[in-house]
Amino acid sequence: MTAKLQLIGLKKKLRGRQVLDGVDLDVAPGKSIVIIGGSGQGKSVTLKCTLGLMKPDSGQVLVDGAEITKMPVEIRARVMRKFGMLFQGAALFDSLSVWENIAFRLIYADNVPRKDARERAIETMRKVRLSPDFADVRPIELSGGMQKRAGLARAIIAKPDILFFDEPTTGLDPITADAINDLIVEMVKELDCAAVSITHDMPSARKISDEIAMLHDGKIVWRGPTSTLDSSGNAMVDQFVAGRADGPIQAVV
Amino acid sequence: MIGLTAVFIGAALALNIYVGGARFNAESFVPNIVVLGITRELGPVLAGLMLAGRVSAGIAAEIGTMRVTEQIDAMTTLSTDPFKFLIAPRVLAAVLTLPVLVAVADIIGVMGGYLVAVNSLDFNGATYLRNTFNFLETQDVVLGLTKAAVFGFIIAVMGAYQGYNSSGGALGVGRATTNAVVGAIVLILAVNYLITAFFVE
Ligand SMILES: Nc1ncnc2c1ncn2[C@@H]1O[C@H](COP(=O)(O)OP(=O)(O)O)[C@@H](O)[C@H]1O
Ligand SMILES: [Mg+2]
Repeated sequence: MTAKLQLIGLKKKLRGRQVLDGVDLDVAPGKSIVIIGGSGQGKSVTLKCTLGLMKPDSGQVLVDGAEITKMPVEIRARVMRKFGMLFQGAALFDSLSVWENIAFRLIYADNVPRKDARERAIETMRKVRLSPDFADVRPIELSGGMQKRAGLARAIIAKPDILFFDEPTTGLDPITADAINDLIVEMVKELDCAAVSITHDMPSARKISDEIAMLHDGKIVWRGPTSTLDSSGNAMVDQFVAGRADGPIQAVV
Repeated sequence: MIGLTAVFIGAALALNIYVGGARFNAESFVPNIVVLGITRELGPVLAGLMLAGRVSAGIAAEIGTMRVTEQIDAMTTLSTDPFKFLIAPRVLAAVLTLPVLVAVADIIGVMGGYLVAVNSLDFNGATYLRNTFNFLETQDVVLGLTKAAVFGFIIAVMGAYQGYNSSGGALGVGRATTNAVVGAIVLILAVNYLITAFFVE
């Protein structure tokens, strides 16, 4: 069976630093993988290269077996339809109302009539348990957790095959964070899609993943089913999971 | 604001030309030179510089904020081209609006010159206006409005370019804004010279 998404030898140098130094990863259909790793280790850069927001210096990104990094932009835009992404700060458009944000892709890329788009946006708001009362307000009036819900609704409205999450729980209180975790699990199951998340929040990583991969020094240093995380036999993983300052990983201060 | 600037510039221009013209008995050319100076040069350049401060900075700040908050990345993942959605409409709007503003500024500027000439310099109002419009050629207006459209383009593209390529949080947006204004001003002045030289050829 071909992987839904496969990264092969991704390399990227930024400001003279080899941020990604050959990242290999594959995600099976319907599976949820979480990439953990310290701050500044290149988790976001990995995601950006995958999504085509950044061009890797070398390496390949395969979606359903097709290499996408060298596709012309117009064709890649079609592949993008299979993707849904929840950004770290939700990245809602502050000049549009909440429902227009959620329906953005339908209105501006798929030419769905506004009336139908609005109906689908409101239906999606219910799914992520965001009250339709907020449909017409501006995103800045929403709390952090509600913005994440709106961002999630925007990501799933077109029923993607792969969902990406960049630090979905960062900046949220533990209770709200857990509600977002539940929602992610529920949506991934409902859409039956693959998911790639990055986080350094370990409770969240355990909850939303089938598998965990650890990124360090530009490479995936360990990967395995979530249940084996505590018996990984990898000193770096052990140190990261336990959150200790002493070990093979030096804290960057 | 551009109107206010234009009225004062027109008035000052009329006074200066009067004083300068008096030195070789050419005071009667005040209306001709005022209208020429304003439509060909001062109207578009002043409007361009003022809007570089406001519009270029505004566009850079808006698009820069969207860049650093990942809204532009988000737009790409939603299969929408940020260039078509964000940049093209702003450039088009600036290219279309600036000539209109400049045309209005030109009229107000000429009015400023007229007021000073009639009230302080003892010109006959009707003669002043007749001289103004008889002297003005289509070519002058075309030159002025062409400049205005080009300046509109520079203002919007500079703002969009700096905003689009900004990075590094609020600080980066601030830097983009400053760069947009400075870049637009320098480009406007340089391109103004080139267009004038080209038309004089
Ligand atoms: N657009 C960019 N330009 C230059 N350097 C960048 C850019 N984005 C990220 N970096 C650098 O790449 C490194 C990895 O960043 P990132 O992927 O955001 O880390 P994290 O694992 O915390 O998500 C950091 O050192 C960061 O400074
Ligand atoms: Mg990150």
